[in-house]
Amino acid sequence: MSARDQAQPPVLRLSNITKRFGALCANDDVSFSLAKGEVIALLGENGAGKTTLMNILFGQYSADAGEVEVFGQRLAPGNPRAALDAGVGMVHQHFTLAGNLTVWENIVLGTQALSAPRLRARAVKARIADLSKRFHLPVDPDAKVGQLSVGERQRVEILKALYRDARILILDEPTAVLTPQESDALFATLREAIGLGLSVVFISHKLHEVMAISHRVLVLRHGRLVAERATADTSREELAALMVGGAVSSPKIAPMPPGPALMRLSDVSSKGEGHAPGLQSVTLTLHGGQITGLAGVSGNGQGALSDLISGLAMPSAGQLEIAGDAITNWSPRRALARGIGRIPEDRHHTGTIADFDLTENAVLETYTRDFARHGWLDWAAARAHAEALIATYDVRCPGPDTAIRLLSGGNMQKLILGRVLETKPRIILANQPVRGLDIGALNYVHARLAEAREQGAAVLLISEDLDEIITLSDVIHVISQGRLSPAFARGTMAPEALGRWMAGDGFAEVAHAS
Amino acid sequence: MRLEPIANPGLARRLAPPALAIAGSFLVASLLALIAGGNPFAVFGAILKGAAGSKFALLETLNRATPLIFTGLAVAVAFRAKLWNIGAEAQLYAGAVVTVMLGTGALPWPSLPLLVVIGVAAMLAGALLLLIPALLKTRFGVDEVVTTLLFNFIFLLFVSYLLEGPLKDPMGMGWPKSARLIPEARLPRIIDGLRLHWGFVLALISALVLWVINTRTTLGFEMRAVGQNAEAARFAGIPVTRVILKTALLSGGLAALAGFSEVAGLKGSLTLDLSPGYGYTGIVVAMLALLHPLGVVVAALFVAAIFVGADAMSRALGVPSYLADIMLASALLMMVLAILLSKFRVVRD
Repeated sequence: MSARDQAQPPVLRLSNITKRFGALCANDDVSFSLAKGEVIALLGENGAGKTTLMNILFGQYSADAGEVEVFGQRLAPGNPRAALDAGVGMVHQHFTLAGNLTVWENIVLGTQALSAPRLRARAVKARIADLSKRFHLPVDPDAKVGQLSVGERQRVEILKALYRDARILILDEPTAVLTPQESDALFATLREAIGLGLSVVFISHKLHEVMAISHRVLVLRHGRLVAERATADTSREELAALMVGGAVSSPKIAPMPPGPALMRLSDVSSKGEGHAPGLQSVTLTLHGGQITGLAGVSGNGQGALSDLISGLAMPSAGQLEIAGDAITNWSPRRALARGIGRIPEDRHHTGTIADFDLTENAVLETYTRDFARHGWLDWAAARAHAEALIATYDVRCPGPDTAIRLLSGGNMQKLILGRVLETKPRIILANQPVRGLDIGALNYVHARLAEAREQGAAVLLISEDLDEIITLSDVIHVISQGRLSPAFARGTMAPEALGRWMAGDGFAEVAHAS
Repeated sequence: MRLEPIANPGLARRLAPPALAIAGSFLVASLLALIAGGNPFAVFGAILKGAAGSKFALLETLNRATPLIFTGLAVAVAFRAKLWNIGAEAQLYAGAVVTVMLGTGALPWPSLPLLVVIGVAAMLAGALLLLIPALLKTRFGVDEVVTTLLFNFIFLLFVSYLLEGPLKDPMGMGWPKSARLIPEARLPRIIDGLRLHWGFVLALISALVLWVINTRTTLGFEMRAVGQNAEAARFAGIPVTRVILKTALLSGGLAALAGFSEVAGLKGSLTLDLSPGYGYTGIVVAMLALLHPLGVVVAALFVAAIFVGADAMSRALGVPSYLADIMLASALLMMVLAILLSKFRVVRD
């Protein structure tokens, strides 16, 4: 790229950006520049500082030190408007669209002067149609955004940026919510865009995407820019090592014969919460000594299944059996009594009570059974239990009296993991158990789940990360719109094939066949 | 400028809000006292003297604090579980009505069993009165702030009807007033000749019991868990609905004890002006106490002292005793602000 750098001034230059949040240094003296028509990938673990850096560039945070230049002009810090006007468009990880408005209304939102007498709908729509044709972003401008799929919504977000004449696109984890096929379509669009002279910053922690789309890779670790590589001169292995700063270890899943069926769902349907889909006659068997992986794009019924197994919801039709007993009375406490350990998706709001200390959170599920007699709590025993969990599960914290909200996500998850595993559960529900964790905590959680499998527990692993599912699972199911695919044995399914099921394609074939 | 949460507030920072709030309310009151033509130091001196300057004044303050301890505890226990009980006033009157119904001769029993039965029955009445809004909340999601608040007006009108009708004292010369309690149904004085009744002791015991419940029992743990994060509590297996209903019973019962104690200990009969808003003042007391049961006792004594003292001050200096209401209101407002500032620090960008 050096030849190009000299030929043209960079469209974007970040110089010595530093940003601290309290004691945490989210960005430490980060500098880089972006050329016209270039795609750079910002690679890093969760919490490495990628999003913070982009939020500074986009003016949502102001840096403690350093400056941002766009097309040679210094950008006023802390002002998203300035970034927009300079031609920077950002597509956030979580979309910022109004579901009750149409596509074209969302796109023009904020671009019209307050004093404008009316919207020129026809002109706007013509412009959108032109953009969507040029960039291969097919979408119906009159559709209500609330009725669009996730992939379509992302297209709207990109169109929104293009409509505002963005010359630099920042995409924050754009594929996190997409199926592999939708990701491919997105990449085609990005290639189109750079052909037309746009520049792209692509934030990701998925190596194969970074290799596929970028010209240059910047690796962030603990807020520092630790490496810069031309994509052609590097490899996935090198990037992985740079990203984690050490060798990646995934637990060994040695083949072992499946144990007895510990939980069985027969033709189970259930209602989802709010707009989330429920389950549609799902049949699923969890065997002891097996990790059953549930792959799928989030929001396709994982929540309903997880609520069901956690004891929060009852099937509206069909039967739930645990160790051969049909379940008629169901609640979280009954689920716990049946030996179900639950690692919830949201460790901050569901798994723990933020202002409770570690002791209180450690006994939250077991205080009635193990730490109380006739309604009187035995705090000494509870504290001892918390201390034991902290030691056994390597929870880094000042002590059992610390409010759990002060812990990092990884340590919070270790406490939840310990709380679950110490009850020796027969069935373990692990819903996104490593989301947002650093590599150390991630490996730890995976190793412990693998250990539980070896000791005969049935583990249901719900994750959006296909690599995680494929690495750990003995058996894989895919969930899409509340329907469950057949079981695929370990090693029989390629990611692309799972991707087709995730997009809902396989289900149609099954329906045709039957 | 923006607010940044403070990770681990120390004890000083946690105790700062009530101290700041009280200091702030004194400041506001000083200004008003100046406007009303009084010297602030003289005014506060007179308030202090009126509240604690003599044995009589001190006992009067303790008497006034008694119902405030009960209603303060009622609010504190409910708010801790995020059950917003604004209806302690109605629950107080429910307790008072039951006390009059059972204590005017319906049960010809000796004093101790009679008082126990009346006390328990009063608590039940208050508990049931709060159970209705609590059930509406848990069943249909009806906002309990609205229902408990409106119940105050409904119940006060109901009491008014009772005093004009079924409970009207036939010897009352036509005044809307109940018959007097029989002597066995009166809470005796702690020491003969001193105007302080056992209701005050009962209030102190209630505060202690609630403190033990909060810190030592599963119910206390559950109530706090539900208040902090109902979703996590439900996930962990805590029966959230049942905990809210139990909280409502406890809260309503405590508020009703205020009515029982006022009628059986102090007034001896029921009139419509039994409570000058003790139920609402209980909210201030609970907030000043940061919902801590023992703090409620201290806060109730403070509030009672201001009211009793302001009456005396007003008689002595001619500055209106409304000053007490303003001090209380400003203390509450300052408290809300000070709580915010104790959890956040202001950062300049």
